[in-house]
Amino acid sequence: MAEAVATPGVVMRRAVALEAQRHTALVRATHWISSLSFLVLVLSGIAILLAHPRLYWGEAGGLGGPSLLDLPLPFVLDTPIRGPGRYLHFLAAWVSVFTGAVYVVLGLASRHFSRNLWPARAQLKLAEIKSVLGNHLHFRRATAEDLAAYNVLQRIGYTTVVFVLFPLMIWTGLAMSPAVTSVFPFLATTLGGQQSARTIHFFVACALVLFLLVHVALVWQTGFRSRMRAMITGRAGSERKDAS
Amino acid sequence: MSSRHSRRTLIKAGLGALAGASGFAAAVRLADRHGLIPANCRGVYGLSETLTYAGQRLLTRLPSMAREFDRSQISTVIPVNGKAPQTDDYKRLRDSGFADWRLTVDGMLARPGALSLAELKAFPASTQITHQACEEGWSFIAEWTGVPLWRVLEHVGIDPKARFVFFFTIDGWWDSIDMDDARHPQTLLAYAMNGPQMPLDHGAPLRLKVPRQLGYKNLKYLSRMTVTDSAKGIGDGLGSSAPAAGYSWYAGI
Repeated sequence: MAEAVATPGVVMRRAVALEAQRHTALVRATHWISSLSFLVLVLSGIAILLAHPRLYWGEAGGLGGPSLLDLPLPFVLDTPIRGPGRYLHFLAAWVSVFTGAVYVVLGLASRHFSRNLWPARAQLKLAEIKSVLGNHLHFRRATAEDLAAYNVLQRIGYTTVVFVLFPLMIWTGLAMSPAVTSVFPFLATTLGGQQSARTIHFFVACALVLFLLVHVALVWQTGFRSRMRAMITGRAGSERKDAS
Repeated sequence: MSSRHSRRTLIKAGLGALAGASGFAAAVRLADRHGLIPANCRGVYGLSETLTYAGQRLLTRLPSMAREFDRSQISTVIPVNGKAPQTDDYKRLRDSGFADWRLTVDGMLARPGALSLAELKAFPASTQITHQACEEGWSFIAEWTGVPLWRVLEHVGIDPKARFVFFFTIDGWWDSIDMDDARHPQTLLAYAMNGPQMPLDHGAPLRLKVPRQLGYKNLKYLSRMTVTDSAKGIGDGLGSSAPAAGYSWYAGI
């Protein structure tokens, strides 16, 4: 760092970068650890699901009885897939839960949620939502103002993922555990039963995958390089400056 | 960057690592003393397996009873995973109504021996209507009758230092449970399901019923029970016969 001060160009670039500080170290670190563990959870979840791609409602269900939904997938009982799948699922779940806990506790302490994520009342107007949607649908390039703070759709999306979908995944996951429900039966009974919990676990996972696809598509649309750099280094910068 | 500075950094890092390692060792010893280290803690996924087991064991030491259901909720269709053994020995036992079948009981106990079905049925029986989920995803509710395992363990004089009860089956599976589950009032040596008898494909003459764990822990066709203070020395030392297949030793999930 001492060496960098000697080069005027570096100092200037650092000044610009500081101005454009986009994501804190906490957000960046938890973002990438969560991304990795989520990817492992999805893949291992598919491996587990393929053992019995049939969904039920209520407490119990099996072949020969009625189902809620028969997914158009083959039954794959190969243990080389399912074995590592089950172990990896619980390993990644622990990583995800610990990361999420750190993110939520430090996010609350640093007022990250109230400042950056919670949609302001003024933003929750139809006109505002329409304007953001319109920008995306017309593939308008993000302005400097856009890059400085999350827009209303981002805020709604991220708070839903953090405070609704992820907690639901944990709840429905625990509701499938006979040991956990032996202490907290309401975890399963409020959902309609153990099989209902499994079914909700599946659909909420689908919602999270859908979020991921939209998220990546929008990152792509609004400037993949600057967005990726912002989430890796913390500094935003605009696309045009990259080229120079 | 002086060499003094880097030496100080090195010493600090060393002390930090030492403190971390000894703190970890102390935590492991404490967890072990409270029975929070699973039989498969040394496997590839030992860390997450231990977190799951320790977390759930701390939880299940609160009042913990597997959910029981109404008779009207008993499943009409009960899938079978692993049909009754087709060996001559099993057929002979079956044809004689399991009169010659015995459950060998040995290990860390005062009175090792063998129990017949009639002897097991002479204990005060317990009945439960509980849910059993297969790790594959399907599940069913059934009514089970049997002798609570703790009664049999008291009867044979279990050593207080025992930590695991291992079970072996006629068809070659084996698995084990910890003392929390072995002494739990809902853990049964079940000899009847949805009626006066145990259906052949559901584990006759005797199966283990551990309703706070997944289906695969509920071993069918029991032939032997061994009480130990360690999982080492039995198979690969991970506590059950198929940990590599994803059948984690602890299946409270």
